[in-house]
Amino acid sequence: MDGSIPTREQLETALAARHGKECQRRLSEACVAVCGLGGLGSNVAIALARAGVGSLHLIDFDRVDISNLNRQQYAIHQLGQLKCDAMRQNLEQIAPYCNVTTAPVRLTEDNLTHLLAEDPIVCEAFDSPEAKALLVNGVLEHFPNTWLVAANGMAGMDSANTIQTRRILPRFFLCGDGVSDVQEQGSLFSARVMACAAHQAMTILRIINGETEP
Amino acid sequence: MLTINGQTADDAMGKTLADYLTAHGFEPTRVAVERNGDIVPKAQYGQTILQDGDTVEIVRFVGGG
Repeated sequence: MDGSIPTREQLETALAARHGKECQRRLSEACVAVCGLGGLGSNVAIALARAGVGSLHLIDFDRVDISNLNRQQYAIHQLGQLKCDAMRQNLEQIAPYCNVTTAPVRLTEDNLTHLLAEDPIVCEAFDSPEAKALLVNGVLEHFPNTWLVAANGMAGMDSANTIQTRRILPRFFLCGDGVSDVQEQGSLFSARVMACAAHQAMTILRIINGETEP
Repeated sequence: MLTINGQTADDAMGKTLADYLTAHGFEPTRVAVERNGDIVPKAQYGQTILQDGDTVEIVRFVGGG
């Protein structure tokens, strides 16, 4: 290969060969909002794009900081950039035909109903407990038909085996160990955050494919 | 029987959800509460009376992501 961008057809054929044609069709028609592009969201977005998810709606007000490089999927040359822009660049190198839309804003109770109105699947990938609760409550209160995959508890050095996916409500899934707080643990390791992000991404892929038991 | 997070909590029967959260150290801005298969809207915590037969799950969010 000479580094030139494959055609849409070439990439779709390669994905369908791995995933099956019908599954790939479902993935290519899917749209997922990723709220937060830190340790969780940057990994979720990449996993979904690699799988061939057709549309991603990226929401994050923040910029890439040196303290993010321990676990977030950004590079040195992206320091200072909006995470929305940096992740769009990264996704273009992986899945150039993924339809990426971005909203570099802070999600609030006021803008949530507008921002997420068109997204059938929402991934909660924030870091602060208040932001997590705001998004989860907002989606569950306002969008009864939206699928919601949130994360809770992935800080520290405990075994990755304690990270699980639970189905709290028919359309609300929660990944994580449920307890490991970064304020208490004092650390976040890429591998453990990625394990939680992988749970989220896999749950989303399964929902898209019609498999809704965790 | 009243069940909260998998545990019998009959002593909380008759209390409001808001009172229960306060008494057990939950910060209302960091939780989501499901009761009998439905989300309890935040604005209704003060009017939601915990009753015999209820199954409640309080998700307490922690930091990290």
